[in-house]
Amino acid sequence: MTTAAEPVAVRHALRFEGVTAYYGANKVITNVDMAVPEHEVTAIIGPSGAGKSTLLRCVNRMNDLIPAFRMDGKIWFGDYDLYAPGSDPTQIRYQIGMVFQRPNPFSKSIYDNVAFGPRINGFNGRLDDIVEESLRAAALWEEVKDRLKESGLTLSGGQQQRLCIARALAVQPSVILMDEPCSALDPIATLAIEELMQELKKRYTIVIVTHNMQQAGRVSDKTALLMPDEHRVAHLVEFDETSRMFTNPTDERTEAYITGRIG
Amino acid sequence: MAASNLTPYRRKLAKRRRSATLFQSLCVGAVLVSLLMLAALLYSVLSDAIGWLNLDGSSIRTLLTDIPSSKAIASGLWPAIIGTVWVMSICIIVSFTVGVAAAIYLEEYAGGRRIDELIQINIQNLAAVPSIVYGILGLAIFVAFFVWIDPESAAKGKNVTAAGLTLALLIMPVVIVSSQEAIRAVPPSVREGGYALGATRWQVVWRLVLPQAMPGVLTGIILAVSRAMGEAAPLVIMGALSFVPFAPTSPLDRFTVLPIQIYVWISKPQEEFHMLAAAGIIVLLILLLGMNGAAIILRNYLQGKHRG
Repeated sequence: MTTAAEPVAVRHALRFEGVTAYYGANKVITNVDMAVPEHEVTAIIGPSGAGKSTLLRCVNRMNDLIPAFRMDGKIWFGDYDLYAPGSDPTQIRYQIGMVFQRPNPFSKSIYDNVAFGPRINGFNGRLDDIVEESLRAAALWEEVKDRLKESGLTLSGGQQQRLCIARALAVQPSVILMDEPCSALDPIATLAIEELMQELKKRYTIVIVTHNMQQAGRVSDKTALLMPDEHRVAHLVEFDETSRMFTNPTDERTEAYITGRIG
Repeated sequence: MAASNLTPYRRKLAKRRRSATLFQSLCVGAVLVSLLMLAALLYSVLSDAIGWLNLDGSSIRTLLTDIPSSKAIASGLWPAIIGTVWVMSICIIVSFTVGVAAAIYLEEYAGGRRIDELIQINIQNLAAVPSIVYGILGLAIFVAFFVWIDPESAAKGKNVTAAGLTLALLIMPVVIVSSQEAIRAVPPSVREGGYALGATRWQVVWRLVLPQAMPGVLTGIILAVSRAMGEAAPLVIMGALSFVPFAPTSPLDRFTVLPIQIYVWISKPQEEFHMLAAAGIIVLLILLLGMNGAAIILRNYLQGKHRG
């Protein structure tokens, strides 16, 4: 524990060190170095096919499910090397939650959707409490508290996505990865998720992939721009405070992308 | 309509509509033909069965609760009904557990290695093997096994379990392939959602994929089991074609089943036995419909539970 007397250093939830990813023989991302600060929203932006989702899925080792995938470099989760030999992806995944591009509630009741994570992870507290708490944290409780037994699939798209957020929160992760969480939602549902993110970052670190620059500008504290080169290998072009990057980018490719000239 | 002459399209709407109507009538025709065949079959069976009911001294009670006899009106199906229930129970339990487990392995665990592909192709080929071949297999393996276990048994290895296992093997390929399809129909996003919460592969399969695939799995099982229930050939090869005057009470008992009993009666020269066989067919059909109905109710219940 740090004491109050010590200078407050920025703590990093995640650090990427020379992360290079391959699908089979194809290199798709090369040499990404960046540090994601705690309790902030970090956006990963870039054109389609720039490896944004791949980079995000490196963090919770979802890419391990793809047989041809390989990664070089390191990703640190606090002091923990996520790719250390013998580290267990399932253990990583309940500490680093994920919300997907399309809402993917299980075909179970709303209650069972949220309770799924705690149940499989051997939660031995009161399930009712953690379900309510998670649904409240995802700003969904008021809308569903009288219909917890109904299927999660009866909810609207925006509600389903908040249910997926509640489901991720229920295993008490410290980092939440969001892979274009609003791309299948209408503007009102999108707004609800964006407001929720501002609330969630007080307790969690959020990394969001988005193809929508306005969204990155609205919600994120830091932004990383990935761009493919002529060999379709993605590079981290720039990583900076969102406000600085959008007003005064250092790399000309960033400026070109942000002003819509490329990408 | 002058403008339409200028467009590069020749829409030919009337012709397209005509071919659509033609295709639809062909489809309806195909359905009608198969329904008519079924109706003709049912009619001939029903009229024979009614003939049996009109015989002097025949009774449904005798048919359902007595043992076969040399006189048609005194003959019953009791041993065959109970035999069918026994054999089918073993067949369902084995084909369901082994078949679904194999489907899970092939869909969720097998990693596209050569051996997995070989297994897959062979399963599909097995589905086309005639049922009588399975009878030979059952005789060579299961019957021989039970004889080896207990050479003195009254059943001489031709027991309920051997028959159930043989029929389970017979429908296994169909169960596996249809279960695989049901499992494949569960969207990958469901699995990803599970993995992202720290679920192991087994937890994802058991708690997410299987429950969602279960209605589809059951549909496949219903069809396959219905086929097994009407099978006589493999059991005849196994040597089950014999006079069995009692209902089996244990998995190692001798047995007869409805299709065999029906076959025996139909082979007799007397007209009354042919009518009796028709009545037996009706009993088999009712049993089949009852079992299918139960499975469909179960499937709809599971579907309702998951769709909400």
